Order: sequence, then C-alpha cells, then structure tokens
Amino acid sequence: MSQDDHVITAYRDHGHAIAVGMEMDECMAELYGKKTGCSKGKGGSMHFFAPDKNFWGGHGIVGGQTPLGLGMAYALKTKGTKGACLCFMGDGATNQGSFYESLNLASLWNLPVIYVIENNGYSMGTSESRHSAGEPLARRGEAFDIDWSVHQGHDLYEVRSAIHKALSRARENSRPSVLEIVTYRYRGHSVADPDQTYRSKEEIEEYKQNKDAINLFRDTLLKEGVLTDDKIQALDKAAKDEAEASAEFALASPFPDVSELMDDVYWETDNPEQKSSSGTIFFESSR
Amino acid sequence: MAEITYREALNQALSEEISRDSNVVLMGEEVAQFKGSYKVSEGLLEKFGSERIIDTPISEAAFSGLAVGAAMMGMRPVVEFMFWSFSYVAFDQIFNNAASVRYMSGGLVNVPIVFRGPANGGTNVGATHSHTPENFAANTPGLKVICPSTPADAKGMMKAAIRDNDPVCVMENTILYNLKGEVPEDENFIIPLGKARVACEGNDLSIIAHGRSVQVALQVAETLQEKHGVSVEVLDLRSIRPLDLEAILETVRKTNRVLLVEENKPFCGVDAQIAFLIQEHAFDHLDAPVKRISAIDVPQAYSKALENFQIPNHDRVLAKAMELL
Repeated sequence: MSQDDHVITAYRDHGHAIAVGMEMDECMAELYGKKTGCSKGKGGSMHFFAPDKNFWGGHGIVGGQTPLGLGMAYALKTKGTKGACLCFMGDGATNQGSFYESLNLASLWNLPVIYVIENNGYSMGTSESRHSAGEPLARRGEAFDIDWSVHQGHDLYEVRSAIHKALSRARENSRPSVLEIVTYRYRGHSVADPDQTYRSKEEIEEYKQNKDAINLFRDTLLKEGVLTDDKIQALDKAAKDEAEASAEFALASPFPDVSELMDDVYWETDNPEQKSSSGTIFFESSR
Repeated sequence: MAEITYREALNQALSEEISRDSNVVLMGEEVAQFKGSYKVSEGLLEKFGSERIIDTPISEAAFSGLAVGAAMMGMRPVVEFMFWSFSYVAFDQIFNNAASVRYMSGGLVNVPIVFRGPANGGTNVGATHSHTPENFAANTPGLKVICPSTPADAKGMMKAAIRDNDPVCVMENTILYNLKGEVPEDENFIIPLGKARVACEGNDLSIIAHGRSVQVALQVAETLQEKHGVSVEVLDLRSIRPLDLEAILETVRKTNRVLLVEENKPFCGVDAQIAFLIQEHAFDHLDAPVKRISAIDVPQAYSKALENFQIPNHDRVLAKAMELL
C-alpha cells in the first residue's frame, strides 16, 4: 500500500487498526471505554478511527461501510490522486443491498475501490451454506463486470499477490475489484456468543492444525532459515508483553468525564469561536 | 432586490456555492441532464459540467453513502433526494453514518454534507411520496435540520447549510417551489441556522409553524384580523435543530396563547417537543393550554378530498385558533 491508499472496514476492526499502525495502547483503552482510547471512549470496539493513517473506521452495521468505501474511492479519483480504497467486509455483508448498489456504482463510475470479503464461513452463527446462494461470494462482482477472485487466507503470499494486483488495477485503470479471502475465526462472534450451537470443536481444531496463517508462515520462515526457535519465542514474548502492557495502560487510564459527553457531536459546538449558527442544539430532558 | 421563486432561490444558492468552493458537488437522481425532477438544478450541468453536477442511478443507499464517504475525506457533497420519502432506503447512511461518525471517532472525522429535497404532502401522490421526516432527523444528535418557508430563506439557509461543517438535512416543499418573493442577489447572503423569524407581528395569539404551514398560518392570521379583529403573531421556526428556543419563549410571553402548526404527524412530531419546551420554560405565561394542528394521524391519503383535509389547512387551523380565543 502507498500513502495515497485508504482503508475502511466493518466492526471486526482490531487487526486493521494495528496493521495501519495504530498503537495497541489507544486501541485497548478504547475497548475499556477510557479517555485515552482512540475515540476517547466514545466509539468502542467496533469503531476505531485513525484518519491520520488513512483509516476511516470501524463500522458497526453489516455492509454499511461499503458505500462509504466507494465514496472514499470517488474522492480520491476526484482529487486526482492515484490512491485506492480497500474496503473490508465479512461474508455476511455480501447479502446486504447496499453492497450491490455499491458494486454497481463502482463499476459504472470506474472507481478505485477494492472490496475484500473476509469470509470466515459464518455470519454470526449462520454458516455460509445457510446464508448465501450462488457461491463463491466474490463471483457476485461478475454481474457488474468487476474483476473478482478467491484466495486462501492462510497463504500469506497468495493474499499479498492478490492485493497487489487489485491495487495496480485500481491505480492504473481506476477499476474496482472484489477479492474473497477464505479465512476462519477461532472465537465466537462476540462476547455474547457461547459458540456451542453452530459448529463443532473438531472443525475449529482442524483449522488451527492445518490452516493457521501465522503458524504456516512461521513454518515457512523457519524452513527458509529467516527465523529460529529463539527468535520465535522472543517475538511471541514481545507481542504478549505489549498486549499485557496495553491492558495495564487501559486499566490505569481514566474514564472520560461526564462533562465530555456532549463534546464531539457537532463540529460547530466543538469550535465555538467559529460558530455561525445560533439557538439550542442539545435538548436536555431537564435543565 | 429581485423577485424570484423558491425554486430559483435554491438554484442560485447551489450555483453560487458550487462556483465558490471546488469541493462542492451536487448529486442525485435526474439532477443533471433532466435538469432536476422539479427543475431546481436547471442550467447547472451546462454551467459546471458533469463532474460537479452528477446524475446517479436510482440507488439512494449507494449515492448517499458515497457522499458521506467523500465528505469524510473533505469534499462537501450536496445530495438531492427526489423526495425525502426516498431517503428511507438510505436510512443507515444518514442516521448511522453521517450522524454518528464524528462522535464515534471522538471528533476526528467531520461530515460536511447536505441532504436536500422536498418533504411534504399536499400533492396527491400517496403515502410513499409524502413523508415529513424532520421530526426523526431532528431526533438524531449529529444532524441539523432546516425547513425554509420563503424564497429568501431557501437561498440564505441553503448557502449556510453548504458552508456548514456538520451534516444538514434541508427539507424543502414542492408546493413552495413556485412561491415568489424578494431575494437578495448578494453572494454572501447567508441566513444563519437556528434563527427563527417573526413572519407577522401580533398580540393576541402566537401561531408557531415551520415549512409550508407558515404560509397557512399567515392566511389564518389575516382571516382572524379581518373577521374577528384578532391580532396574531406568526413565528416561522425556519430551523428545527438548532432551534430558536428564545424566539419561541419571547412570542409566548408576548401573547400568552399558542397554537402549533406543522405538517408532521402528531405523535412525537416536532411540535410535541416545542409544546414540552413551552410548558417547561413559560408555563406561568400561558393563559390557555398549548394547542396543536398536525397532519391527521394516518398514512398520507391519495385523494384530494382526503389529503386536503389531512394536512393543516386554513379552516382546520382557524377552528383550532378560535378555541384558544
């Protein structure tokens, strides 16, 4: 990715946040609802943002970010940059109407947007075989004359190559792409998902054993002699230490004060010296 | 000052702001080649070209969301809904995304966007084309909502909305599009949002209204003066959020009797909130309970005979006003 490329995603946004360079501390603090969080504790787990890193959220409604990503691609093209927008989504989002409307405009207007379907096989507790007709999901781009392809998420090189091709298509031809990356999740959909009703423990174990992207890449690097067991242990320890430290940071951070509840709603109320409107904008039930 | 229509006033506002700021674009169904379904954007395609005046497919969720995404990146799109009723298929983009992104990002992301189009009944087009969503747009913190009722306000408030750094919903009215009035030609003619207007002064009764109901209220004020010697003050709210609470309280304190008129349906309509604010802040100034006239509480009727009765009309408003005197 280049500095002109932008990223937007759905609610499963922690990985993207770390990938674009957000600090683990600000992310963890956001999860805790703390003032030091990336959104000052006002967005939460599903709504991380870092516009300074071209990262535009973190969106809670399934499929709701797909027209936004389209708009980012439109803005990039209008402003004459060579950038693209990578718009991530889950398999469940492919059944939302806004996604098809977005594909239509993306192709019709030649917009440099790349829809990346992270297909983990389940939309919440509903497996792909129960939620989608006409697989593979990426093929839905075909109806709009959009280049599409399906890739194995456990093969890092394959994914990198696919993204590279799609980025080139966006930059050089201003054309959209739909990439389906087949992946998995080990945990339930959310903290409210006991994960006991819709899949087997064996299925999870099978994936961990054979298709874990991190383990497979580790093995490759071991074979190539890039990594050693000592280095792996050091990397693991560093990652765990960073996570522990960020949890401690989040725990020690203050909650936002209730006096800040009404900040960050309107630009205008946050910038009173430049305010042009008048009148009452917040309505309290009693004051 | 030239006398022009409400439609021409909107056209002037759009034209001036698109000229002034290269980030402003107009997009929507039939806004360019067709010249706008209500001819609000007539001549703009010829003046600014197809990159600034953009025809979209019938795909409200996509083009509304596209505009929100572009606004997050610093553009200032104006999105036209052929009718505000059609915005209902783009609800998520307006109410979840445009309204909430700033808050959810802790103030890091702004959404300088205008959603505009007609939101009114009275044209016999049935329930799906006659919604007046100013109440639930105003119920959503993060959005601003305005309902200009005159050509001058249409221009001055539209320009203010486009220059605003927050999302603004502009609720226009197809019946008002042909209304004529004097409109300043000054390119910096701005009417700040949140400032109500005394449409006519009076001492015996206040009628508080917004949108086309202001015009109905003015007709009733004339009848009451001529036939009953009653002096009515009409307050045009102009802006729902922000709301000019001070102007509301001022007229209540002056006349001590209030009739609220709106085209919204009554339950949780804008005037439900206004009535609450009046009793909370000016209870001791009231000589009678606050009364309301809204649209009759059923889906919008198609037949002229029914709809003309359903929306606030001269006779219904007059009868309710008489109850207060």
